[in-house]
Amino acid sequence: MKILVCISNVPDTTTKVKFKEENTLFDDSGVQWIINPWDELALTRALELKEDAGNSVDEVSVIHVGGAQTDVTLRKALAIGADKAIRIDACPADAYSVAGQIAAYLKENPFDIVFSGIESSDYNGSSVGAMIAEFMDYSGVSSVTSVAFEGDELILYRAIPGGKQKIKAKIPLVAVVQKGIATEPRIPAMRGIMMARKKPLEVKPAIEMQILTKSVKFEMPEAKGACKMLDAEHVEQLLELLKNEAKVL
Amino acid sequence: MSVIAFAKNWNGKFKNSSYELVSYTKNLASQLNTKFIIVSIGEVKEEELKSLGKYGAERIISVNNSQMNTLTSRVYAQVISELAEKEGASTIIMSDNESGKAIAPRISVKMKAGMVAAVLELPITINPFVVKKGAFSGKAFEYVQIDSPVKVITIAKNCFGLKENQVDVSIEEYAPQLDASLFKIQVLEEEKQTNRMDLADADIVVSAGRGMRSPDNWGIVEELAAVLGAATACSRPVSDEGWRGHEEHVGQTGKVIAPNLYFAAGISGAIQHVAGISRSKCIVAINTDPEAPIFGVANYGIIGDVMDVLPKLTKAISNSK
Ligand SMILES: Cc1cc2nc3c(=O)[nH]c(=O)nc-3n(C[C@H](O)[C@H](O)[C@H](O)COP(=O)(O)OP(=O)(O)OC[C@H]3O[C@@H](n4cnc5c(N)ncnc54)[C@H](O)[C@@H]3O)c2cc1C
Repeated sequence: MKILVCISNVPDTTTKVKFKEENTLFDDSGVQWIINPWDELALTRALELKEDAGNSVDEVSVIHVGGAQTDVTLRKALAIGADKAIRIDACPADAYSVAGQIAAYLKENPFDIVFSGIESSDYNGSSVGAMIAEFMDYSGVSSVTSVAFEGDELILYRAIPGGKQKIKAKIPLVAVVQKGIATEPRIPAMRGIMMARKKPLEVKPAIEMQILTKSVKFEMPEAKGACKMLDAEHVEQLLELLKNEAKVL
Repeated sequence: MSVIAFAKNWNGKFKNSSYELVSYTKNLASQLNTKFIIVSIGEVKEEELKSLGKYGAERIISVNNSQMNTLTSRVYAQVISELAEKEGASTIIMSDNESGKAIAPRISVKMKAGMVAAVLELPITINPFVVKKGAFSGKAFEYVQIDSPVKVITIAKNCFGLKENQVDVSIEEYAPQLDASLFKIQVLEEEKQTNRMDLADADIVVSAGRGMRSPDNWGIVEELAAVLGAATACSRPVSDEGWRGHEEHVGQTGKVIAPNLYFAAGISGAIQHVAGISRSKCIVAINTDPEAPIFGVANYGIIGDVMDVLPKLTKAISNSK
């Protein structure tokens, strides 16, 4: 059984975002790039599934759509433990085109399970995974907080408002995963970093894909007014303000 | 040219987010100078469907099929796309929740329709079609243009509010032809915390962080939540430590919420935490450290010990009732 994990390359979560060219482009100067946090958890869970001898997972690969500058992030995924990395050499213009590129690869190189993160922490599109499922005509389960094998089938938990559902699904399947899927993301160890140098990082040419949406402009949120400080001994003042000033009580 | 919106129900009941969706759609349809249809999938009683009329839903198409009570994204996407084609809809809308996230991308692929998730307002312009959304986990806004003839958007919770507009409702039933092979996932069981208010729906949220020092101290958080009719939430280390369940974790890697009122008790206000709460209408911070970054995003602040301030707040609220 083979698992493919989709990887998005995103700015470190502490990045102070800036824009350039009249706020039409993200200014990536000085930005540290990381594996999208959910994708990192997905990769961690995929590796756990592979290591559990009771399962018959023999390959965990990662795939990414992006330019050569993102190879560092893919090497990190290899260092964490992925067997192979695939980079489709295209600018990730919108979710539709990214999913289309990944689906084109999958059609040539089938995988049984595809993991994708619930959203990418940069443009917060939250749609690549479900789009891949549709391009491939696969089943999909979203908001997945846990995944395990039961024979050749999968048992997944899906978060729903106020609770969760236990779901049984057949492969092939796309699981869009979120918090809970793994406890802690794995970090590369020295041995992993050494081994990653020898692992395959395949670069594939992009296919022709239509781009349906485009970013036109960015804007920073308005600066917030000063915080009104209140006395801990007179909490009724706070209640008064919440009722009559903020009108939220 | 019309607009079609999918109003999700939960066990046959609509929520405020469903009504907000109707309000948004009605206003978008008038902006586009066209008609709109609300689609409901799964068993919903006529009376409940009619409740959408309070927000302007004149025409509802109901797929009243018990086989479709739980979400199978493939099936839902198929039905909605079918209806969109039949009705000649050019804009397809749903709420940005667990079902919208699963269905909208599939419709986008089926109909070759550009999609934008978690839109925050009515389109800024309709020709070209440009919508505003959050980017970089709440640190910025992005304006995105959809160039395809058919457009799919999901709307962020509390982005528009409820706008009452009572109308007479006409309900049509629709029975799609469904291939059994589409139902490949099977829901075995459902676990629900029935006694708890759901975080995503709550107007008021009481959230607490590592400043609580021990999971044993959470009683005062729950008591304050109880008198306010609020949901409880927590910061990431609190859920990572297992002090509280994962479902309470808010922030960049947890839930993104937009309540009217958010209490941050003993939470430092790290950038990743704020990413999940910055759309709250009003934020109250309680922290011993006057330099804590949470005061930089809060509307009201109290410098003090949570162990002292939370019970005082609970008492003051109970007294004022
Ligand atoms: C990739 C990544 C993703 C992340 N995602 C998230 C996320 O989604 N959500 C999230 O919350 N965090 C996230 N974090 C973690 C984040 O950086 C912070 O570490 C975390 O939010 C801190 O939690 P806290 O405020 O509870 O704890 P601390 O930062 O330890 O803050 C505790 C606060 O309590 C105050 N305090 C202590 N005692 C008292 C008292 N008696 N009374 C009142 N106040 C008191 C202290 O002054 C302090 O401000 C993420 C980090 C990374 C690297």
